[in-house]
Amino acid sequence: MTPAARLKNARWAGLRDVSWRAYLLVLPALSLVLLLFGGGLGLAFLQSVGLLGLTGDGSLSLAAYGEALGSSQFWRSLGLSLYIALTTTALSTVLSIGLALLLRGAGRWASFACQLTLPIPHLVGIAGILLLLSPSGLISRLLYTLGWISTDQDFPLLVNDPANIGVMTHFLWKEIPFMTLILLAVLRGIRPELAMQARALGASPWQCFWQVTLPLLQPGIVSASLIVFGFIFGNFEVPFLLGSTYPRTLPILVYQAFTNVDLNQRSVAIALGLLLSLISISLIALYLWLGSGQPFRRRNFGGQR
Amino acid sequence: MIRRTLLILIIATLFLPFLPLLVWSVAQGWYFPQLVPQQGTGAHWAAVVAPGSRVLQGFGQSLVIAALSTALALAVGLPAGRALGLMAFPGKGAIKLVLLLPIIVSPLATLMGIQFVLIRLGLNGTLAGVVLVHLLPTIPYMTLVLSSVYANFDTGYEAQARSLGATPTQVLWQVTLPLIAPGIVVGALFAFLISWNEFLLTFFVGGGRVLTLPMILFTSLQGGNQGLTAAIAVTSVIPALIFLLFSSRALQDDAAIGGLGDV
Repeated sequence: MTPAARLKNARWAGLRDVSWRAYLLVLPALSLVLLLFGGGLGLAFLQSVGLLGLTGDGSLSLAAYGEALGSSQFWRSLGLSLYIALTTTALSTVLSIGLALLLRGAGRWASFACQLTLPIPHLVGIAGILLLLSPSGLISRLLYTLGWISTDQDFPLLVNDPANIGVMTHFLWKEIPFMTLILLAVLRGIRPELAMQARALGASPWQCFWQVTLPLLQPGIVSASLIVFGFIFGNFEVPFLLGSTYPRTLPILVYQAFTNVDLNQRSVAIALGLLLSLISISLIALYLWLGSGQPFRRRNFGGQR
Repeated sequence: MIRRTLLILIIATLFLPFLPLLVWSVAQGWYFPQLVPQQGTGAHWAAVVAPGSRVLQGFGQSLVIAALSTALALAVGLPAGRALGLMAFPGKGAIKLVLLLPIIVSPLATLMGIQFVLIRLGLNGTLAGVVLVHLLPTIPYMTLVLSSVYANFDTGYEAQARSLGATPTQVLWQVTLPLIAPGIVVGALFAFLISWNEFLLTFFVGGGRVLTLPMILFTSLQGGNQGLTAAIAVTSVIPALIFLLFSSRALQDDAAIGGLGDV
């Protein structure tokens, strides 16, 4: 064997070695996630088709899906969940891009203050929003003191309202800082020379934003808004406590079916839950496919066009 | 100047929901038209810190569950973070995607499947069962944070130590871990906080017997006592404030959190 060939062989062996070690290192984390998440999904599926569970004769049946898809409530709840998740994700994406750009040039104190709501539990935010926006809340009292309204009846319904303004206000309050933090980190990683270069070559600030900054920001936007969308779509406690009383969002529908005294409703609940997962997985896949070619590949410097 | 004013307005809006919480927690009989309460009281806080109160018990439960799930997530997240942050291997993108799924996809269906097993194992409604399902969000977040911590780690230090005669164990304890310690702290605080704030997973698997602080706050929110609810809410924020305090420095290099924008 020539020395060159030996070197090449050694390098290949080295690469195989690295791969093996890498798989071994990821194995504990990956297998736990697969066991919990995948195993849970699998067992849920078996229960939903009647192959496993408390009721039924153990034979395959799609009755639960039929019942879930056949009810008008399901479609109304799906519409509501999509409306809330899409509106809020779109609004917080646009506002977060603005806030991140605003924060880029500002001092560290400002970015720090904007991260304030990030670690706060959702339930605390819900409590705050309720005491702020309800008809007898702080804002209503302020308007009364200013003489703009004469009773709490005059204050517009902002919590448990049909338009779910309270729910969306809460999510914006909580998710804008989250997205901004991610976008700001990506923004700080973009070399300022690129924008300078564009400006020096005669681009307007607007062109510079659309054609230089935004494309470089895109991978961050895609992954941040994905996480936010998935989270809002599947959230239970916020619409449960702040949302409209009818219709209710999909996760609440699942919960109601799951806790129903009629045990037959349990497989319907699981079917609904699986449909919820399926919808969010396919929406995410669609979004990734539309958004960018290879979003899960590591970002190489500006090369993702 | 416009930028500064705008920023101050935005920050003030973000602070706004905390205002009624703080006031309510010390207010007595604060009825509708009053803008400020006529009478203050320490009764809500006294109820929170009374020995053996539900709130204190919930605080303890949350603390134990969050600490355990953080420790477990750290144990599996450290090696996985190293592989994902430092090594190139086929299937890396797919593995990252699998790790992301529990964060993005609603856990409801999974939870109902897991519960089926937990009931048969006698773990439904137990602390162990709750810790187990809390691993669903904590492992992925921990692994992703640590992978970007490792991505900024220079393995040259390890090679150097090895060439000077250190054993692999010595390298791990005396070189690698001290160097990535700030990143580990951020990842651990992050995972702790996610478990501390978690409601839905505990709600489904806790069976009404594992009463973490969010469970107690949820129950209180559905009741009518706004003063007590506010005091519980403020109590729930304590770890978050500690998190902000600790991470303010670590977050500044953007490496740890920036990893989430790069998945």
